[in-house]
Amino acid sequence: MSSQDINEGAHPRDAHPLLQACNISKQFPGVKALDGVDFDLRAGEVHILFGENGAGKSTLISMIAGANTPTEGEFKFNGAPVQLNSVHEARTLGISAVFQEFSLIPQMSVEENLFLGAETTSSGILQKGALRRRAAEILDDLDFQLPVNVPVDRLTRAEQQMVEIAKAFRSELSVLILDEPTASLTQHETEQLFRLIARLKADGVGIIYITHRMSEIRRIGDRITILRDGHYIDTVDAETTSEDELVRLMTGRVVGQIFPTIKFDPQQTLLDVHDLKTTDNGVRGASLTVRRGEIVGLAGLVGSGKSKFAQACFGARAISSGSVTFKDDDVTGLSTRKMLDRRFLYLPSDRKNDGLMMMRPVRENISLTSLVSQPVSNGLFLNATGESRMAQSLAERLHLAPMRIERTIEHFSGGNQQKAMLARSLTREFDLIAFDEPTVGVDVGTRAAIYSFIAELCEAGAAILLISSDLPEILNLSNRAYVFYRGQVQAELLGEEITEENVLKHFFEREAA
Amino acid sequence: MASEASMSAEETINISDRLKRLFIRLGILPFLLVIAVIVFSLMSDNFLTGRNLMNVLRQSVYLTIVSLGQMLALLTGGFDLSVGTIVALSSVVGALAMASTFAMMPDLVWLAILVGFVSGVLAGTAIGVVNGIGVSLFNVSPFMMSLGMASVGFGIALYLTGGVPVYGMPQSFGDVFGFGTFFTIPVPVYVAAIIILCLYLFLNWTPFGRYFYAVGGNIKAAGLSGINTRATLFWTYVFCAALAAVAGMLLTARLDTGEANIGASMPLESIAACVIAGVSLRGGVGRVENVVLGALFIGLVQNGMNLARIESYLQTVVLGALLILAVIADQIRLRYVASLKN
Repeated sequence: MSSQDINEGAHPRDAHPLLQACNISKQFPGVKALDGVDFDLRAGEVHILFGENGAGKSTLISMIAGANTPTEGEFKFNGAPVQLNSVHEARTLGISAVFQEFSLIPQMSVEENLFLGAETTSSGILQKGALRRRAAEILDDLDFQLPVNVPVDRLTRAEQQMVEIAKAFRSELSVLILDEPTASLTQHETEQLFRLIARLKADGVGIIYITHRMSEIRRIGDRITILRDGHYIDTVDAETTSEDELVRLMTGRVVGQIFPTIKFDPQQTLLDVHDLKTTDNGVRGASLTVRRGEIVGLAGLVGSGKSKFAQACFGARAISSGSVTFKDDDVTGLSTRKMLDRRFLYLPSDRKNDGLMMMRPVRENISLTSLVSQPVSNGLFLNATGESRMAQSLAERLHLAPMRIERTIEHFSGGNQQKAMLARSLTREFDLIAFDEPTVGVDVGTRAAIYSFIAELCEAGAAILLISSDLPEILNLSNRAYVFYRGQVQAELLGEEITEENVLKHFFEREAA
Repeated sequence: MASEASMSAEETINISDRLKRLFIRLGILPFLLVIAVIVFSLMSDNFLTGRNLMNVLRQSVYLTIVSLGQMLALLTGGFDLSVGTIVALSSVVGALAMASTFAMMPDLVWLAILVGFVSGVLAGTAIGVVNGIGVSLFNVSPFMMSLGMASVGFGIALYLTGGVPVYGMPQSFGDVFGFGTFFTIPVPVYVAAIIILCLYLFLNWTPFGRYFYAVGGNIKAAGLSGINTRATLFWTYVFCAALAAVAGMLLTARLDTGEANIGASMPLESIAACVIAGVSLRGGVGRVENVVLGALFIGLVQNGMNLARIESYLQTVVLGALLILAVIADQIRLRYVASLKN
């Protein structure tokens, strides 16, 4: 990959548009998800789609991928109008999408998943040998180290993501759509993906890339198209547009600082964990302390054990040895119910799988952790008015949109679902709150709201455990930070020591050694 | 003229749009009820009379109670295929206990009835305890667990009676709990009403009731929210069995004998009643009042088909078809909901 190729991507004035979306509208019953959006993708560029949750990015890419059809407007491929009525039709043009939601069959092996629906056969019989060779070739080509014959559900989320990406490469590729592909990738895997993207650019593939991360936009983006509330706002050059400008275009207003300034006032120690080990070996001897009035960041790669550590402290994961002391009581191995009663709350990272009851209303999702305490109930009977009033006031405080607490939560955007889940931390008084990846898949506007919310909790005297794979979060919010590596605490960093360089150094230290 | 035509076209769209929204909100049941009432009152003059409707109410009591239990299992994301067996086992054990107590102490009629009723309910509930242990503690799938226990329970019921009906219960048991009326309303209807009320209060107004929805809604989220998911699952099957056992005892009173062969159609009919009433097979969604309507609907259809002289074998066909229709309607509804989304 030479630098010249990248430059070609950055100055693609003479390049012809590979794919054009002209005046696309999409009407869902009651809502116009997209309203006259124009978009064009040139060969050999990375075109970032940028916008808040619910701005219409997902709708647009789902139509380009053929999973949805527009109500109005048309698509042109190499200048000629095309119908993209099914995923299959899009595929034959070489348009492939990697969505956030995986389309993998968990029980099938990597190679079976790779060729699902496009198996090589000879007079109706599967050519298993050929498929296996081809699968190994593709993975080799992508430099993904994955076993081909292992069932997908035995892989980590990051590895599954790699399989999903690899699926796009089983046939000739002209347009690749990536929807927040790095959300669950480690640094190393992200680098691999970026190298791959550079290579694809050189081959003249057009890439549509959705991300909320500014660093990625800088790193790989050529042009950025901003959508807001289903409308096309602008297309700008990635190199010359400032971050503030992007946020302004996205939100329609000037958002000041994303990260709030927090006054830390650390007091007595609340949580004291000593040499904790879990039975699944995810945590292998970790110790740390958390005090009132401070935010303690837990940094580390995906799978470094920082989430499992917090879950084990909270009683949601079996502990094999070590001790957890909370407010001077030994609470090792107590149930989650007992930890909640002692005012310790853990909010999971995967809101869909571990956090929310998707088919229940917002109100019930907010009150879930506090069903046996005031004002939701008197312990014996629920108090419907008390519950509604509480949910309503919390929804208002967090600016839930739309402000309808009886609506089923699955009909809200990701950012608003996250708000509803985080609102649980206010349903009763908690002394220690562990936020596990509180801003995963959340747009910048909501992000700022969540940060100031966490800051308020801390300044009100709560202890906060902030578990995050997003480095800027750790750098800007925490008073102290622990870096996890392979289930152990690699380093403790204080105040000024928390710099990108310092944290990253400990991400990999032992690997280098 | 032309504008009038376009107006009426607009109105039609409006009505169909409104019907669609109503369908999304209420599900298939209200539509089926209306259709059933219209069809059967056209087919038979006797259908839409107060007497016949009271008849439907009385006949539907047993299925209603069983369906409420089934709903608990469905709410938590499982189901209970052993409800039929529980009805049969409680009938047999209850009748045996009642008849032998009555034979020993012919003067203490009400003691015999009490002993019989309690032993019947306990025997049925015991099946639920085993189901609950299997599902909550050993993570056996509800399908296998309740299917296995259906066979076990049926075997025990046949073994206890040798396949012969159990006679010898006091006359007053049947007179009161089977055929008795109070202010012209049959006694079993009161029993069902009390159960409906209690379950409604329990599910909608207590934290424990909410746990059933939480466990079915997202078991991991429930666990992280301090809910004892194992205990909730355990009590699901115990409550379900207890309800089925009460239905079994009421049915025993109606038949005046303890029978091992009753209740075979209960698993299908109770699941059908729930699904038609919009209880989600994926768990987490369902309402008591709708399930009661669902059970009444099935009773109504059976009654209507009897009046219209439709052969009982064909009735089975209709019931199965209705169940599938309800599931299809639920899928269509989900598609509408998804299309409304975003």
